[in-house]
Amino acid sequence: MKRRDFLRNSALGAAGTIFVPAFMKPFEALALDELSLYKNLVVIQLSGGNDGLNTVVPFGNDIYYQKRKNIAIKPEDVMKLNDMQGLNPNLSALREIYDQGWMTIINDVGYPNPDRSHFRSMDIWQTGSDSNQFLSTGWIGRYLDSNCETCNFPYTAIEVDDSLSLALKGGTKKGIALKDPATLFRNTNEAFFKQMVNQSKDHLDENNLGYLYKTMIETSSSANYIQQTSKVYESKATYPNTGFSNQLKTVSKFISSGLKTKVYYVSLSGFDTHVNQIQQQGNLLKQYAEGISAFLKDLKAHNKLEDTLVITFSEFGRRVEQNASNGTDHGTANNMFLFGGKLNKQGIYNEAPNLVNLDNGDLKYQVDFREVYGTILDKWLDVNNQKILNKRFQTMDFI
Amino acid sequence: MEKKDIFNSVKHLYSRAAFGISYPNLKNLSKKNISKVVDGLFKSSLKIDDLKSVDENEIRQQMALQATLGAKKELTQEEKDQRQEITRLQNERSRTLNIDWLMRMINTSAPLREKVTLFWHGHFACRSNNPMFAQQLNNIQRQHSLGSFRTLLVEVSKSPAMLQYLNNQQNRKGRPNENFARELMELFTLGIGNYTEQDIKESARSFTGWTYDKNGQFQLRPAFHDEGNKTFFGKTGNFDGESIIDMILENPKTATFISRKLYTFFVHEIPNEVHVKELADYFYAQKYDISAVLRKMFTSDWFYAATNVGTKIKSPAEFLVNLSREFFVTYNKPQVLIQLQSSLGQYLFNPPNVAGWPGGKSWIDSSSLMLRMKIPSMVLNDGQIDFSGKADPEDEAVIALNKPANAKPKPKSYVDAQSNWTKFLTGLPKDIKPLELAKFLLQPTLNQKIIDMVANNQGLKSTAIEVTSLPEYQLC
Repeated sequence: MKRRDFLRNSALGAAGTIFVPAFMKPFEALALDELSLYKNLVVIQLSGGNDGLNTVVPFGNDIYYQKRKNIAIKPEDVMKLNDMQGLNPNLSALREIYDQGWMTIINDVGYPNPDRSHFRSMDIWQTGSDSNQFLSTGWIGRYLDSNCETCNFPYTAIEVDDSLSLALKGGTKKGIALKDPATLFRNTNEAFFKQMVNQSKDHLDENNLGYLYKTMIETSSSANYIQQTSKVYESKATYPNTGFSNQLKTVSKFISSGLKTKVYYVSLSGFDTHVNQIQQQGNLLKQYAEGISAFLKDLKAHNKLEDTLVITFSEFGRRVEQNASNGTDHGTANNMFLFGGKLNKQGIYNEAPNLVNLDNGDLKYQVDFREVYGTILDKWLDVNNQKILNKRFQTMDFI
Repeated sequence: MEKKDIFNSVKHLYSRAAFGISYPNLKNLSKKNISKVVDGLFKSSLKIDDLKSVDENEIRQQMALQATLGAKKELTQEEKDQRQEITRLQNERSRTLNIDWLMRMINTSAPLREKVTLFWHGHFACRSNNPMFAQQLNNIQRQHSLGSFRTLLVEVSKSPAMLQYLNNQQNRKGRPNENFARELMELFTLGIGNYTEQDIKESARSFTGWTYDKNGQFQLRPAFHDEGNKTFFGKTGNFDGESIIDMILENPKTATFISRKLYTFFVHEIPNEVHVKELADYFYAQKYDISAVLRKMFTSDWFYAATNVGTKIKSPAEFLVNLSREFFVTYNKPQVLIQLQSSLGQYLFNPPNVAGWPGGKSWIDSSSLMLRMKIPSMVLNDGQIDFSGKADPEDEAVIALNKPANAKPKPKSYVDAQSNWTKFLTGLPKDIKPLELAKFLLQPTLNQKIIDMVANNQGLKSTAIEVTSLPEYQLC
């Protein structure tokens, strides 16, 4: 190409980007080196309140065995990580992950004045609020609102589900919920819908009607983009045949095909184990660990593990002492798991839970969950956490 | 007002103060002047019809059994099964209650009362696992929806559902629980910034001993009640709970707070403070008479101003009720309504927290909008829905018990509903054109593209389905 042609072409290109609204910008417009530095966050929510003490078992502490006569995991069954803590045997698929240095466990994550209601506590975790504060936007939603460099696409955050969680709802921007890109693509490409999208340029003002049309157009353009980008990619990896693994497989497809999405959100439910916990939690942990293991290996095979950070949380842990039905009731602080190829501090991050110094029979928190969010916002998503969390939280050094 | 203006005003009034209006009724009312129409709306809602979905005797028996089982140290397998069965039954009754209320809204001849009940349902947001408690609170909100705000507030404060939800059962002399006192002022009356932390601490003591008995009746337990002096809003005395409520109502900020909330629900999501003040002054002067302030709102010129017409995003409940009322829809499997509420983000009786549903733009995201635009064709055209919805956290325990190790995705579900097209179509004028039908079904002014689209249409039925599938139909 002649130099003069090149200049003319790039001038046209630049003019073009000015007139195309941000949400319609194709990702081809981005520089290549931007792609290679692309970092993803995958948030996994365990709904119902996972029992952290039977997940990461404090087998070195007698009190654990005294308080949990019928449901404690025997020392010989625990996958020992150090002298004090080890993993539930149903998490055996994580052993290899742990040994590779792809896993960090943070003990006793919680918040002041903990709430033991599923709803309220889940709200608090999803919005990042104080326990006596009611926010109507989620922490990831506010990250989208902040309009930062890393979050300006309508598909910046995707929840692999039918409906969108509060965590991904901002004041002006929201994530996208989709279970299957092909279905969303089909729905938005129905003749009537397409006609509406095509005729709607004159509605894009700030009022409610404008907002509705804008959402519709963004959904349509995102559906097209997601489908076109991800359909070319076929994963060779095998995943267990569970709903949870299927969700992770979808996420892996998106990540590996180079989708410009920063945050993925996935959940697994059923952890409210008031009755006969051992078997129920065991089943779920097994699904969880096998799914995670397949997912991480898949990412590794596609050189995406270093660009991906996976975090797992639950709205609360459970009481230290078991109940009369061989289950556990709602508690407070809980462990969080982090996975990725670039963890700064691998293995167990901090001290094991103190089973003596309790708050009404519940664990006291060592780490505020917003310090974990804050660290991720600052160091992984490159946005000042104060902007998103409404006050500054100190960062940790797991990444 | 000109004839066309009256027609549009009545339509607007009914889209906000009721759940829409049928064509024959609209035509009929358009012959009157608007204040007469408002009168008629209030008149039609004079009658108070309690919801009687939940059998109180059944629940009382279950509560008694629960209490007995709860007192035992060890439970036999049979007893454990019993306890589980109670939970299952109560969940089932709660779902039935939800559907019965939605059906009530769809079929009611007192739409204003139900609409205002829906407002209070969001204002005094509460969750209860006990369907009898939930029904009691809903009936309180209905009985007093158009009456005295003071009575409503006192009755809500004394309802077992709210006492339980805001932990007043644990609020006792010597170890007060401040949850209720805080929300009473922050969310139910004054709004944040109009009281101090000390006011919360002191008033919490006034509500000590407010509890309910085993039959689900309010009970003041003297042994738990703090009889000492409290200093509240700068006054000192042995104030009981009702005195605190009266002192809160004496503050005109309460009238402002409630008026602003009514305004954002009925008029515009962004309050006009001049109009709010007008309402608040009147509300206060009328001693918190809810009907009075609403009547003032519905008869104000600004209520019918162009900026307030067709600009509010329907809540999911309004959307579902509107559509179902409009087309005389019957649901063969009403359970689907729960799924739809949940997927659309407003599962009645299950607000996200005590602050209620945030409303407005927060109803709309890509998935909820897609679903809203798909529902009309599903409901009106026997279509299919492949949404499976999210598990409700309170259902987690049930899921935990029933979930097989390798849970397969839920099967596809069907809306399975019928609309009465004959009734709908015969209500329309014989020579109505598709464009007129579109103007009747939509609240916002139509743009040229829609006018062109509809102009090419042949049938009224296809026009109705198209028009209700538009973003415009999300507005009222």
